[in-house]
Amino acid sequence: MTTTSPQTMYEKLWQSHLVEDAKGETPLLYVDRHLIHEVTSPQAFASLRFHNRPVRHPERTIATMDHNISTRSIKIDAAGEGAANQLRALAINCKDFGIELFDMGHKNQGIAHVIGPELGLTLPGTIIVCGDSHTATHGAFGALAFGIGTSEVEHVFATQTLRQNKAKTMKIEVKGHVGAGISAKDIILAIIGKTGSAGATGYVVEYCGEAIEALSMEERMTVCNMSIEFGAKAGLIAPDKTTFDYVEGKEYAPKGEVFSQAVADWKKLKSDTDATFDAVITLAAKDIKAQVTWGTNPGQVISVDGIVPSPDDFSDPVEKESCINALKYMDLTAGTKMTDIHVNKVFIGSCTNSRIEDLRAAAGVVQQYQGQQVVEGVDAIIVPGSYRVKEQAESEGLDKIFTDAGFEWRLPGCSMCLGMNDDVLEEGDRCASTSNRNFEGRQGRGSRTHLVSPEMAAAAAITGHFVDLNS
Amino acid sequence: MEKFNTHTGLVVPLDIANVDTDQIIPKQFLQKTERVGFGVHLFHDSRYLDHAGTQVNPEFILNKVEYKGASILLTRENFGCGSSREHAPWALQEFGFKVIISSSFADIFYGNCINVGLLPIKLNEAEIDQLFKLSADTQLTLKVDLPNNVITRGELSFTFSLNEFQQYSLENGVDSVGWTLDKLDTIKAFEAKMPAWQ
Repeated sequence: MTTTSPQTMYEKLWQSHLVEDAKGETPLLYVDRHLIHEVTSPQAFASLRFHNRPVRHPERTIATMDHNISTRSIKIDAAGEGAANQLRALAINCKDFGIELFDMGHKNQGIAHVIGPELGLTLPGTIIVCGDSHTATHGAFGALAFGIGTSEVEHVFATQTLRQNKAKTMKIEVKGHVGAGISAKDIILAIIGKTGSAGATGYVVEYCGEAIEALSMEERMTVCNMSIEFGAKAGLIAPDKTTFDYVEGKEYAPKGEVFSQAVADWKKLKSDTDATFDAVITLAAKDIKAQVTWGTNPGQVISVDGIVPSPDDFSDPVEKESCINALKYMDLTAGTKMTDIHVNKVFIGSCTNSRIEDLRAAAGVVQQYQGQQVVEGVDAIIVPGSYRVKEQAESEGLDKIFTDAGFEWRLPGCSMCLGMNDDVLEEGDRCASTSNRNFEGRQGRGSRTHLVSPEMAAAAAITGHFVDLNS
Repeated sequence: MEKFNTHTGLVVPLDIANVDTDQIIPKQFLQKTERVGFGVHLFHDSRYLDHAGTQVNPEFILNKVEYKGASILLTRENFGCGSSREHAPWALQEFGFKVIISSSFADIFYGNCINVGLLPIKLNEAEIDQLFKLSADTQLTLKVDLPNNVITRGELSFTFSLNEFQQYSLENGVDSVGWTLDKLDTIKAFEAKMPAWQ
């Protein structure tokens, strides 16, 4: 038996997918699963046609319509002509190249990073790519998953491989257990607040510790989803019984003997006890409070019981300048209590927080307000992540809880997270959003985004401002 | 992809950190199925005062007459963070940029630049500060020599490095898909050994 030096999970995933490491070339990795959507694929298909190249393994690619689609209608042209052109192009491309597509109204349609896991397309020990930076979501299963550009989409189509430089490794350990009412969104926002919005550039991050192990699969997806928001190439969580139980029986997951063999292999994925990481960050779970962003990048975040910071709070000149610009754009004054910030829009959805547990959590908060309605002057929309999530929520009566309280219950899609459809904020709107980016103009030119958990978003809808639910 | 050898061009200093891809090319301009037509929308919300893009913002640096024709973008840390949209480097390229110089780039954006033949150069923060200072005093023209990994201006020079294969690909305009397809036998041999569940 050969002995090998201790490896991190990332190194194991890397080694098991290394097709070739030729001298003078960037290493070539095998890609197991490729998710595609209408926005970042058309130019890749066009180049395949130009070169007369086929998709090598169409069965390893799955397509969905998510970024551009209307959340009010399943009609392909309901979100405008530009969107319709891309959606039609996707349908033609999938037909021509033999790729399975979940198109408008299909029972499996939804946001790529919601349907991958719920259909069992996302498996531990695999490499998963998609032309979308939130592909990191799938790392929750112990899959190496990351976003790629359109040239790389084409490379994967034609070769089922990708060239990648090896990243550095970072361990983020969240010790102990979070307090009552603290969500996975609060954990990841607190992590990003600690590292800053580029703190993990060049790294693949592995999340571990009791607080992470205690999370459900959907909560782990929320954590890994936002890995890109502090620059990480990917986020990973070691697969365990929670993972295997989730995957078992899913539509596309392996079955019977093959599943048993898979689990045996997946159990070997976790980082070796004495593996070394290039960087280690530790947080105490008990210190994590409900989080709200105040600025224009996800690292500009603070506890809900805090105040809007002042540029003087930052010693780094870049951070100071960034704070000045953010306060101006966000129209906030340093020293304002976070709970005194009023919103006029609420968005519950996106690949970060649109799964059934997110909707249950939000509905639970609505119920705590015992019949109170979404406050006058606030528009609140709920956009489930997929048709399966929507169906499940409706079977539990969650849609009724929301609509009775004055929320709008919409059709699945990426929606207001990036506003490529008609779910766009107006200039000056202030939104409590469960999405992943608070960049300037992200949800609409001149609009202001505060990233929060589904619970916080629901409370903001009812009260019109952020609420410390634990006080 | 076009080959990159040397390039001499005017520098435009964009003194902002954490420029994200939503700023570089806002989402409403991603609804195309072609690879062209993005340059006019580069930095749309900063370049134009109105949503429709009819009123030019005279304060924004790319609109200033002294930087007309600039082909080298000098910027600050974490440039290109956010989404994986390759439309961002396409827009920069179509606008006329050949080189972007920063102290750091977001990973996906950096790779996308290489793949489209736009040269991203990392210098240390002191060097970036020095270039910003120079560009504030005068119209700064730099010569970027990729084969020798050096940027020069008169007596002044800055060295940079790229991963070996990325350097080779840019210099030779490699068709990366074709390059990998030549290794199909190696890929097939790898596939033959994969477990059933994979």
